[in-house]
Amino acid sequence: MNSKTKSADTRNTDDSKLLFTSADWDFETLKATYDAIEDIAINEMKLDVYPNQVEVITSEQMLDAYSSIGMPLMYHHWSFGKRFVRDDVMYRKGYQGLAYEIVINSNPCISYVMEENTIVMQTLVMAHAAFGHNHFFKNNYLFKQWTDAEGILDYLQFAKRYIAKCEDRYGFDAVERILDAAHALMDQGVNRYSHPEKPNLAAELQRERERAKYEDETYNDLWRTLPQPDQGDQDIDELKRKMRIEERRAQFGLPEENLLYFLEKNAPSLQAWERELLRIVRNIGQYFYPQKQTKVMNEGCACYVHYAIMNSLYDKGLISEGAMMEFIDYHSRVVFQAEYDDPRYSGFNPYALGFAMMQDIHRICVDPTEEDHKWFPDIAGNNEPIETLKEAWAHYRDESFILQFLSPKVMRDMRMFMIDDQSTSPHLEVGAIHNDNGYRKVRRSLARMHDISVRDPDMQVVDVDIRGNRQLYIQHTEHEGIRLEKSEAEMTLGYIGQLWGYGVTLQAVDYENGEILHEMNYKPEDLAGN
Amino acid sequence: MLYIVDRRKNPTGKSLGNRQRFMRRAKAQIKKAVENTIRSRGITDTTNGDQITIPGKTLKEPGFHHAGRGGNRNYVLPGNKKFVQGDRIARPQGGDSGAGGSQASPDGDGEDEFQFTLTRDEFLDIFFEDLELPDLLKKSLKQTTAFRNARAGFSVEGTPSNLSLVRTMRNSLARRIGLRRPKTAEVRELEEKISALQAKAEKRPNGKLTKADDTKLHTLLADLEEAKRRMKAIPFIDPIDTRYNQFQQIPDPNTQAVMFCLMDVSGSMSEQMKELAKRFFMLLHLFLHRKYEHVEVVFIRHTSRAAEVDEDTFFYSRETGGTIVSTALEEMKKVLKDRYPTDQWNIYAAQASDGDNYSNDGSKCTALLAEDLLPKCQYYAYIEITDEREAEIFSAAEGETALWKAYAPLASNNPRFALKRVTKAADIFPVFRELFAKNRAEAKV
Repeated sequence: MNSKTKSADTRNTDDSKLLFTSADWDFETLKATYDAIEDIAINEMKLDVYPNQVEVITSEQMLDAYSSIGMPLMYHHWSFGKRFVRDDVMYRKGYQGLAYEIVINSNPCISYVMEENTIVMQTLVMAHAAFGHNHFFKNNYLFKQWTDAEGILDYLQFAKRYIAKCEDRYGFDAVERILDAAHALMDQGVNRYSHPEKPNLAAELQRERERAKYEDETYNDLWRTLPQPDQGDQDIDELKRKMRIEERRAQFGLPEENLLYFLEKNAPSLQAWERELLRIVRNIGQYFYPQKQTKVMNEGCACYVHYAIMNSLYDKGLISEGAMMEFIDYHSRVVFQAEYDDPRYSGFNPYALGFAMMQDIHRICVDPTEEDHKWFPDIAGNNEPIETLKEAWAHYRDESFILQFLSPKVMRDMRMFMIDDQSTSPHLEVGAIHNDNGYRKVRRSLARMHDISVRDPDMQVVDVDIRGNRQLYIQHTEHEGIRLEKSEAEMTLGYIGQLWGYGVTLQAVDYENGEILHEMNYKPEDLAGN
Repeated sequence: MLYIVDRRKNPTGKSLGNRQRFMRRAKAQIKKAVENTIRSRGITDTTNGDQITIPGKTLKEPGFHHAGRGGNRNYVLPGNKKFVQGDRIARPQGGDSGAGGSQASPDGDGEDEFQFTLTRDEFLDIFFEDLELPDLLKKSLKQTTAFRNARAGFSVEGTPSNLSLVRTMRNSLARRIGLRRPKTAEVRELEEKISALQAKAEKRPNGKLTKADDTKLHTLLADLEEAKRRMKAIPFIDPIDTRYNQFQQIPDPNTQAVMFCLMDVSGSMSEQMKELAKRFFMLLHLFLHRKYEHVEVVFIRHTSRAAEVDEDTFFYSRETGGTIVSTALEEMKKVLKDRYPTDQWNIYAAQASDGDNYSNDGSKCTALLAEDLLPKCQYYAYIEITDEREAEIFSAAEGETALWKAYAPLASNNPRFALKRVTKAADIFPVFRELFAKNRAEAKV
C-alpha cells in the first residue's frame, strides 16, 4: 500500500464534520455516509453507475445468498443446500468469515450488507460495491454485451417459478436429473465468440419461412441427373461419406462449442420442459460468464474506488483517524497476497493483483519513471489517472488487461516468477523471473492463466450419427498434452448421455496434428445390456 | 439516488428447500452416519443435533476440467525468494500443491468427506425412520394435534366479532366522565329551559324577555352550544375504548402415553448392566416422546420387594436383596388401576433384568402378564441384559435364565410381547430397532 493517506495536519480536523463517531450504524448515518460517498464518486471521480439499492441482511441471510451463487432469487437445487451446509459449518467453526457484501449486476444495482458490520465497514462496502463494482458492471464491454442488467431479476423470478412448477408436475427426481446434468455442463453452456441475440419469435419464424422459400426457388431437378464422378468404388464411398458428414454438420450447425445449447435444441428424447430447464441453466451460466473473465479487473476496480473514496473522506475530515485505521485493517486483509510457499497460498488473490495493478496505473499516470515511459508511452505521465483507468475498465478483460497493463514494477513488487512444467522433464524449471529477460514471459504466462478459453477445456460437439445409432461425438482439443480430469469427465459424459438419450463418444484430439489421442464412451443403459 | 431496504425481517431459511433437497440426495449416507453416531455415543446426547460426516462421492458435482498435472504448461507464482531463470526444482510429490494455482477446482470441492450438522429434528427423524410402534395405528388416527381456544384476557385489537362489550363500554364511560362529556339528558334539559324561556317571550306583549331572563337565555344558549360542541368533539365510543376478547390456541393432547420402566436392581445387576438398561429406557422414552403429545414415565424397581420410585433412585440408588419379579408386576398392575385407565392412556412397558428370578415365581409372573398386564399394554418389551462372557456360554450351552424360560412361551403367541438379549451398548440400537421395526408387526400378526 503506498501512502496516499496524507498526514493528519494537512487534513481538516473538525470533529463536528464527522459522519459518525461510534461503531454502530443506523439508517440515517448510512444515508448520510452514502451521500458523502456519492458526492466523491460522482462529482470527483466521475463514475457512471446504475441507481443503487442497498439491502441490509442478517448473517444467516448472507449465508443463504452465498449458497445460491450470490443471487437473491434462485431456484432450488441440492447443490445450493450442500454449499449452504458447508459454509454454515465453516462459518460456525470460524474457519471462514462471511463476505462483507454481495453485489448483483442488475439495474438498480443491489448490494447486500450485513447488519453485523460496523459503520466503517458499511462505508467501505458501499464505496466498494455500490460504486466500484457498480461502475464496472455498467461500463465494461463484456457486461454490456453479454448480460442484461435490466432483466436478470425478472428472469430469475421466472426461472424459480418455472422450476418449482416442474417439480410439482414431474417430481423432484425428474427435475433434479436434468438440473444435475445441466450444472455439470454449465461451463460448456456459453457462447464464447458471439454474444447472445435477444430472442425474438417473430424474427425466428420469418427466418424459417425465408429458408423454405430459398430452397423452393433454388431447387433444380437437373442436379440429380449429374453423372457420378468416375472413380473407384472405394473413393466414391469415401466421398459420399464425407459429403454426408458435411451435410450433417451443416444441418446441426456443427461444430458447436455450446454443448448445452446443442442438447437443448437437438437432443431427440427431451421433453419441452426439460429443454427449458437446460435453457435456464444456460442463460444463468451466460450471465456469469463475464464475471469469470473479469475477476481481477472487477475487484481491482472496486478496491481502487473504495481506497480512493475512503482516503478522500478522511482528507475532508468526514471520518476520524480511528475509522481510517479500522478501514486500513480491513483493506490490508482484503488485498493480502500469500506467497507461493505460504500454507495460505491458493493462487493469485484477484483483489491483491487487481488493486496493485490499478494503483500502479495511477502511479504511471501521475508519477512515471524512466521505465514506465519505455513500457507505457501512451499513458505515462498523462496526469489523467481516473480517465485512463476508466478506459481500461471499459475495454478490457483480465487476460487482455494483464497483457496490456502489468508493469515491471508490479511484477517486481509481487516477486513473480514463472514455472515451466514439461511432462517429459523430471524437473520443474524456472522459466522466467522478474528481470529484464523475464518480464514479458511472466506477463504473457500470467495473462494466459487468466484467459478463460485456456483455463476451460476446449470442448465441441463435432458429429451426430443421425441415420445410424444416433451416436453423439464430442471432441476435446488437447493443447500441450493437458488432459481432462478423468473421473469427472466420465461422470460428465454420463450426464451428457442422459440428456442425449443415446451413445456418446468423447474423443481427445491433439491440437497440433488433429490425431485422435484417446476415446471415452458412454452407452445408454438400455443398450448397454444388449 | 439510494434506496435502503431493510431485509432483516424477511423470512429466514430461504434455503430450507435446498437443504431438504440436499438431505434427500444424501439420505442413505446420512442414515448410516446417524446410526454410527448412535452406536458410539450416549443416548442422552441424541436429544441435540449432531455433526455427521458423510462421504462426498454422491455429492460430487462433476464438470469438464483440466487435470491438475501432466502435459506441458507454465504458470506464474508470487513471492520469489531465490530463484533465477533456469533453476531446476524437484517436482512436488503428492497432490498438486503449489502448482494448483490455475487448476484448482472453482469452489475447492476436492474433499472426499463432507461434514455438516443436523438439527435435532432432522436427526431424530432419521433416527426413527422406518420404526413404528406396533398397534400405533389404532390410536394414531386421533393423533393429530387438536387445539382448543382458551380465554387469554383482553387485547386492544381484534376482530369485531370478538368485541368485548362490557369492557369497551366501561372504558368509554370512564373516558366520557373523565373528559366531562355532557350527557344527552343534560342537553335535553338545556333545550327545554331555552324553549320555556322562548315561549315565555312570545307570551309577552312586546315579544321580549325581561333583562334578567334575557341574560339567562343567552347563558343557556351559550351553554347549549358548548355542550353540543363537547359532544361532538368527544365521541361516545372512541377506538381507544375498544377491547376484544383474546383467545389462545392451546394444544389439546389427546394422545398420551405412559411408559413403565421395570428393572431388577438386586445385587446381581451390575452397574454396567443398569447402564445398558438405562440406555434402552431412554431410547424408548425419546421415541414415545416423538409419537405422543404427552408421555409419563413410571419407574418401578424391584428386588424381593417392588416400589415406584423417582428416576434418580431408579438408576442410581443401591439396594440389596433377592429377586422376585412378580412383585414389580403387581406394583405395575396397581399403578395402572389407580392412575392410568386404558381408555385414556396408551400403555407401554419395558422390563430390564439379568434374568434371575426366585425359582417359584415364574408361573406367577406369566399369569400376571397374560391376564392382567398384556391385554392393557400396547407393547411390553423384555430386555435381558447379560454379561458378554456369559452370553457366549449361554449361546454355547443353550442355557436360559429363569425369567427367559418363563417368558418365552408367552412371547411366541403374543405379538405385543417381545423379548431380546442385550450384551453391550452397541446392541441397544439394533435390538431396539428390531423390537419396533415396522415389518415386525406385519410379519407376526
